[in-house]
Amino acid sequence: MNERRMLDDQHFETMIEEESICTSSNVVYDAPHKALYDTPMHYCPGCGHGVVHRLLAEVFEEMDIIKEVIGVAPVGCSVLAYNYLNIDMSEAAHGRASAVATGIKRVLPDKLVFSYQGDGDLAAIGTGETIHTCNRGENILILFINNGIYGMTGGQMAPTTLPGMKSTTSPFGRNVETMGNPLKITDLVAQLPGTVYVTRQAVHKPVNVRKTKKAIQKAFEYQQNGGKGTCFIEVVSNCPSNWKMTPLDSNKWMEENMLPFYPLGDLKTPSGKEN
Amino acid sequence: MKELKLMKGNEALAEAAIRAGCDAYFGYPITPQSEVLEYLSREADKRTGMVVLQAESEVASINMVYGAAGTGKKVMTSSSSPGMSLMQEGISYIACAELPCLLVNVNRGGPGLGTIQPAQGDYFQSVKGGGHGDYRLIVLAPSTVQEMADFVELSFELAFKYRNPVLILTDGALGQMMEKVELKVQKERKFEDLGWTTTGRNNGNGRVITSLHLKPDQMEEINIHLQKKYKTIEENEVRVESKNCEDAEYIITAYGLVARICNKAAELAREKGIKVGVIRPITLFPFPKKEIKELTKNAKGILDVEMNAGQMVEDVRLAVEGKVPVEFHGRMGGIVPSPEEILEKLEEKFIGGVV
Ligand SMILES: Cc1ncc(C[n+]2csc(CCOP(=O)(O)OP(=O)(O)O)c2C)c(N)n1
Ligand code: SF4
Ligand SMILES: [Mg+2]
Repeated sequence: MNERRMLDDQHFETMIEEESICTSSNVVYDAPHKALYDTPMHYCPGCGHGVVHRLLAEVFEEMDIIKEVIGVAPVGCSVLAYNYLNIDMSEAAHGRASAVATGIKRVLPDKLVFSYQGDGDLAAIGTGETIHTCNRGENILILFINNGIYGMTGGQMAPTTLPGMKSTTSPFGRNVETMGNPLKITDLVAQLPGTVYVTRQAVHKPVNVRKTKKAIQKAFEYQQNGGKGTCFIEVVSNCPSNWKMTPLDSNKWMEENMLPFYPLGDLKTPSGKEN
Repeated sequence: MKELKLMKGNEALAEAAIRAGCDAYFGYPITPQSEVLEYLSREADKRTGMVVLQAESEVASINMVYGAAGTGKKVMTSSSSPGMSLMQEGISYIACAELPCLLVNVNRGGPGLGTIQPAQGDYFQSVKGGGHGDYRLIVLAPSTVQEMADFVELSFELAFKYRNPVLILTDGALGQMMEKVELKVQKERKFEDLGWTTTGRNNGNGRVITSLHLKPDQMEEINIHLQKKYKTIEENEVRVESKNCEDAEYIITAYGLVARICNKAAELAREKGIKVGVIRPITLFPFPKKEIKELTKNAKGILDVEMNAGQMVEDVRLAVEGKVPVEFHGRMGGIVPSPEEILEKLEEKFIGGVV
């Protein structure tokens, strides 16, 4: 701690007693404690996963559905989602979250079921389950965090890695001739009659965070109202650690490179209108 | 009042599942077990509201089972050998997360795509774990269509008692053949909070179904707990049938359909004046080690007969600890041995008689 900061702190302490400002009437911003555990953060600084977790918790509280939701965690960095979200959760095998969610929803049709999956989980090893879950129109929400890389295993190429993008298994950049093209699986599931609401959002700016929250809320509302199919939300996200960038740079890179390829907005809504 | 019906093994099993109050079935077609899915698709929903879903693969079905079993409902799947191989990762997760459920393998000839004829080549996969890690299934081996039906309810009982997946290991012949079967009365489907299930958060914190334990000491603790449970199962749940072993000079060990053929072989032997008994393990895990050792202590030899290259015979040898000579006769690839063939092998291997 530098000297100036110390001086400031002392100054501050003499000015105002802490207790006098930490009152409930003065709270302008608080964590959704009912649905979110107070737990040490294991996500890297600046990672989108943490933001989406919090949005989920906010929606659970605001919609008063903490006792109604059952979540399915994937294999990926968010495998420990249940250490944050204080709701009933099941941890699925790699890629199978939507099948696990199907199993839960089919025997408990009145509950609100969602899977939370990364791009490797959902669009590589679990492609079959993803497409068939959407094609059957399971009344669940699939929340898809697309960071264009395998975060958990240390930065290997994902099905969504951009052409030319470097990863530990495409060290000279993704060569589409030999490694295939990035898979726009969200566009793909939007084609299926089983999906009712398909949207692509991001959480790198306050305005996008608000839009993503709105999307999550809508998806649970659709499911609550008898949901006539699968809701699918892609969140284009970042992985500062494996992209080897600062959080700020990663968001900038994401905006400049990921978003042109994965444009934000609704791909399908129940009313058929795009907004 | 008895309700007797002439049914295929697969259909009797499916009917028993409906009557046992099963809540959900997830499966994928494969011969020789597709009748289970077909029968349930026709009958289940309209009679009890049981969920029946044809999944896109066995990988999907077993993971649907994982999800649904986590809610505490009575859930099952069935398949045949190649499909069971695909399910192994999911079964390992289910075993670690300690989810009760019923699995059925209508064993066909392998390896590979193999044949659709009956076989017992999946014994190792079924009783030694099958997937990754140290875990066990409770394995029941029916030898009649009646047992195909009866073991369904028993399986659910054991699955919930021990929070462990239970496997009915049968074969293509038992699945396809028709026999008279006595059916039980319809049980109500009921649902209760078992204290660990994920059905939407209750008054406490959220519950979690998981097989992930990143800290090694925690993972070891889980393993120790599982091994303790398997030990208890070994102590309490052994089921075995023996026929004419008291005075037998030679004993045949066999499970499932083969045991019935061996009973016939033993009859033929007695007609010839050779005293032969038969031991049929009904639970393959827990394996009737003590029982086999005890029942064979005065025998001159044991012939183990299987429809594979010799798998259960290893457990028989371990059970008798070298005290009795153990020989093996097996047919593979979907071929069922005949009683005459078995008797001939017994004489050849132990008496040195017929050539
Ligand atoms: C069957 C199986 N294969 C491979 C793995 C190893 N694995 C764990 S996470 C992962 C990729 C995760 O990437 P993604 O789904 O994009 O999630 P992220 O960590 O980026 O959020 C892989 C390959 C595994 N656990 N199980
Ligand atoms: S490795 Fe990447 S995806 Fe995983 S927590 Fe870190 S930044 Fe997030
Ligand atoms: Mg990823």
